[in-house]
Amino acid sequence: MSDMNANTAKYRSSFLKEVEANVEEGHWVKMCMQCGVCSGSCPLGPHWDHPPQEIFMMIRANKRDEVLSSTSMWMCTSCYNCIARCPRGLPITHIMHGLASYGKRLGLAPKNQPTAKFSQLFWDNLSKTGRVNELKLGLRLYFMNGFGNGIKTALKMKDVGLGMVKTGRMNPMEILGGHSCKGAGDIKKMLAKAKEIEAQHTAEFKG
Amino acid sequence: MAKYEYSFYPGCSSQSGASSVNYLKSTQTICQELDIQLNEIPDWNCCAASIGYGGGGELPRISLSARNIALSQQAHGQQDIVATCAACWLATREAKERIEESDKVRSGIDTALGEIGIKIEGEMPKTRHMVEVLIEDLGYEEIKSKVTNPLEGLKIAGYVGCQTNRPFGIDGESYENPKYLDRMIETVGAEPVDKYEKKASCCGGALMFSEPEKSQALVKDIIEAAYDGGADMIVTPCPVCQMNVEVYQGHINKTYGTKFNIPVVYYSTLMSVAFGRSAKDAALDGQMIRATKLEALVKK
Repeated sequence: MSDMNANTAKYRSSFLKEVEANVEEGHWVKMCMQCGVCSGSCPLGPHWDHPPQEIFMMIRANKRDEVLSSTSMWMCTSCYNCIARCPRGLPITHIMHGLASYGKRLGLAPKNQPTAKFSQLFWDNLSKTGRVNELKLGLRLYFMNGFGNGIKTALKMKDVGLGMVKTGRMNPMEILGGHSCKGAGDIKKMLAKAKEIEAQHTAEFKG
Repeated sequence: MAKYEYSFYPGCSSQSGASSVNYLKSTQTICQELDIQLNEIPDWNCCAASIGYGGGGELPRISLSARNIALSQQAHGQQDIVATCAACWLATREAKERIEESDKVRSGIDTALGEIGIKIEGEMPKTRHMVEVLIEDLGYEEIKSKVTNPLEGLKIAGYVGCQTNRPFGIDGESYENPKYLDRMIETVGAEPVDKYEKKASCCGGALMFSEPEKSQALVKDIIEAAYDGGADMIVTPCPVCQMNVEVYQGHINKTYGTKFNIPVVYYSTLMSVAFGRSAKDAALDGQMIRATKLEALVKK
């Protein structure tokens, strides 16, 4: 390691190191120059407790729990405005997804954040058969906050559902199984392997 | 043999009885007219879209796209993979980049695919969006040459949205003011809304399901800007944009006291009608808000 690298390493917080090692595209975080273009470009920016620029600074300031348990990253709509506009070329969208996902894997993600819940429902739905079953996904979504809320939401969504059925864009029979990959078993095996490799990498980080 | 041939990744929402089955139908129609052959990837799977990140980490998500790429190579060699859905296109293209750029990802993916006895052979084929194919491979002139029923008198807001624009862009166009959809509108004989202010704004994407109030506020502005520009309808290249902007107008009206009732169609629907095809081939029956002005132009 050159002297300069040794010097910068001294100022690198342990959480920054952890993010660099374990979070998707985390090695980019140190490149942020705090200009705030990402925060100003985010369509849901006003709803974030900590917009991306702030999250990057918090990582450098070693605020591990505050970052990983924040609801902020879960409000990313994946619009890629921040990526397109970042003068330093940081893949901000991916870093936000990576932080959210890492926080969730560690059990630190907020429990009642609706997008955190929906994101998991979506993943469970697709990994079952290899393809998304929109009807089951919709129903699981309506009922994710309990039965009473589910009925209320389902009634509110009745017109949308009926419209989709009438136009052939939703099929009530999908509830009985629906589309599936022939290789659904293979896909489960592949995903399990990929998850295992990722968990191994994470376990290798010793700070 | 067809003039153009591609490997085809239709994606979950285009399946029968799914939310953008009308997009697939009208795409098949324009491909017949333009002599494009689409060879479906056998047993393709979901790409995890953008929202899958909460359940799947980086490697599991990329492995899904890697399986599709490997199956595409097996069946269709090095043919470019074409997707109609923005998320399918983006996820598959990103997977290729990530596998090429990172040895760690590459080795993880090789192992995960090895587990089920498949592999990526050599160079991965490119993944492209259908509009890229139409604009870059065929071009506006070739599309125009098939127009037998120009959509005269229609004013249309070209809503590009996010993921067919950022981060990869179409045909090297600007992210802030992409013009390709406006040019497509002109190509089929209609008039694009000039300076459509919300053309590259976000509809909320998957957050329409989990954070509906926040997303509907975004869609309200997108529709309002279309009306301000005097639009008869909105056109989009993305299944999520189409659904989000079309089907919640009733809810938005209730919340905001607006009277929105504007049809939202795919570019492939417009092109099908302009090519002289029937309402059924254009999948006009898939509109929850009927595109009556477009229906009236259908060649009898």
